[in-house]
Amino acid sequence: MAKSNKPIVWGLFAAGGTVTAFLTPVLLLLTLLPAFGVMPGLLSYDNLRGFAGHWFGRLLVFGILFLMLWHAAHRLRVTLHDFGVRADGLVAVAVYLAAAAGTVATGYFLLRI
Amino acid sequence: MSERIVELEVLRFNPETDSEPRFQRYSVPCMNEWVVLDALNHVKESIDPTLSYRWSCHMAVCGSCGMMINGEPKLACKAFLREYEGVIRVEPLAHFPIQRDLVTVIDDFVTKLKRVKPYLIPKEDQPVEAGEFWQSPAELKRYKQYTLCINCMLCYAACPEYGLVPKFIGPAAITLAHRYNEDSRDSGREERQQEIASNEGVWECSFVGACSEVCPEHVDPAGALQQVKIKSTVDWYQEHLLPGSKK
Ligand code: SF4
Ligand code: FES
Repeated sequence: MAKSNKPIVWGLFAAGGTVTAFLTPVLLLLTLLPAFGVMPGLLSYDNLRGFAGHWFGRLLVFGILFLMLWHAAHRLRVTLHDFGVRADGLVAVAVYLAAAAGTVATGYFLLRI
Repeated sequence: MSERIVELEVLRFNPETDSEPRFQRYSVPCMNEWVVLDALNHVKESIDPTLSYRWSCHMAVCGSCGMMINGEPKLACKAFLREYEGVIRVEPLAHFPIQRDLVTVIDDFVTKLKRVKPYLIPKEDQPVEAGEFWQSPAELKRYKQYTLCINCMLCYAACPEYGLVPKFIGPAAITLAHRYNEDSRDSGREERQQEIASNEGVWECSFVGACSEVCPEHVDPAGALQQVKIKSTVDWYQEHLLPGSKK
């Protein structure tokens, strides 16, 4: 039997899952703090903008968002399969395209900073 | 020792006379500390000798008494009556064809088990004089948990993917392949990977996790399958990005 090529999509999915699991709580905290009026100097708008404008910050944010989007897309594909939607090819194209569009948009907006 | 009358609703099917399975009710005088298997044995001995089901050890080691009890895959010898109220519904293991009453046809699982070569494949055969294959406690620990599988097939009855895609090699067989792959005395991984790294192998698994919930031996097949996915992914990158490094 031939070995599967699924590792390509699954590897990114697993990496995205790990990143999401660790970073979602951090992101929640970072957004909730300002919402409650707490704004530590380090996390001020200017600082974060500076971070996202630096090449290393850009690369980091881009990598994280790409993996998260990919993870979400693949999870959605598998969940739809579990719900009995059998048009896997079509679903795969749709969700991965959405993830790709999100990734391109991320790159675009990061480069504009 | 207190006694109670337990109502059992048991699926019956005789391929020679029935076109459809049907349910039959039995009122069974049971001891409080009995398991469902004791109740079935009582039915067979004193009420209805035509009832068919598999069992052997009565102590959760032989793996033959798996059945659906109130819709959940369970070992009948480990399902205590005191944990159930009202009518207890007993059916054959889900996702397997019925042979007769609670007896299922398990050929599919047995064939898959053979395909994954669940035995040691040493690099070279050694004469007995060469002595033992040494293994450290740490090396043993890598796979020991996966040796506890008793082939009861509860995980197949619980797995929605196996229900949807019967070609899926399934939790226990892939876990056993992993058990031998992780054994320091073994060299057969590449042969097993041909089966389990295929589309109908580990990649059919969507990590529902039901297998690990129902496993009576705490083998955690879902965990094993995730490890197989990680290792197969590393293989894939090695085979495709570093040509010549590894077949
Ligand atoms: S992994 Fe657990 S549930 Fe599955 S066959 Fe083995 S012992 Fe039974
Ligand atoms: S009778 Fe052996 S496992 Fe239940």
